[in-house]
Amino acid sequence: MTSSAGLRFKTYLLILIMVIFGPVGDVLLREGMRRTGKLTTWAPAGVFHFFVRTFTIGTIWLGIGSLVVFFVAYMLVLSWADFSYVQPASTLSYGVVALMGYFLLGESVSLTQWTGVGIICLGVFVVGHTHPRTTEPE
Amino acid sequence: MWREVSFFLWIIFGGTAGELCLSRAMKTVGEVTDFRPRALIRVMLRVIKVKWMWIGLTLMTLAFFGFLGVLSLDNVSFVVPVTALSYAVSALGSGVFLGERVSRQRWAGVLLVCVGVALVFAGKG
Repeated sequence: MTSSAGLRFKTYLLILIMVIFGPVGDVLLREGMRRTGKLTTWAPAGVFHFFVRTFTIGTIWLGIGSLVVFFVAYMLVLSWADFSYVQPASTLSYGVVALMGYFLLGESVSLTQWTGVGIICLGVFVVGHTHPRTTEPE
Repeated sequence: MWREVSFFLWIIFGGTAGELCLSRAMKTVGEVTDFRPRALIRVMLRVIKVKWMWIGLTLMTLAFFGFLGVLSLDNVSFVVPVTALSYAVSALGSGVFLGERVSRQRWAGVLLVCVGVALVFAGKG
């Protein structure tokens, strides 16, 4: 049987990996999409050409690579912890994304938005103080 | 604006349904206790035989394209926090689809996240 402390350590370690690699991937994707241009059509041919252009940009692939690392950590943690626990716990990454968008990409973030991000992080703190598993393993 | 809203609905419902399918697939495989590369590869080989994994991956891929689409229109510091609206959907889905007990405390956390997302949306210039 896995001890409660061991389970928590394992869970927090993988969530840390998720919190770093998820936001880095998102920021790289945004930078790549800025270079691609805006998707302004719903026409299938237009959408197809838009995404073909998207995947010729190196930054997009770096973003995808970072998100793959995030995704593997996410799948591993989902093998023992509840989905409704892991997903909100990973929202710490929303704060990191806002900070990276502001400092690295020069995006404007209003005071109301910073407040919103802070409340999201508070929500994460509340969720983080519940046990990671509520159902018995099969 | 309608274009962004369409993208967000696409991302939130498609992505959340995909993640629920993935969670169900990983629960079928069981807890991962060995993190050595060879053991992880064995886990992956077991995972790809679970149909929920493929349904989940398909839904998440579609949501990813929607995510790229909306990232071409708006800042990442706006887009990513708004997608956190999926917590309301996922908490409901976890209880119904996965049989997880979502406690009052978790609901309170999810509610805070939703209020935060609303402010992020409202604060957009």
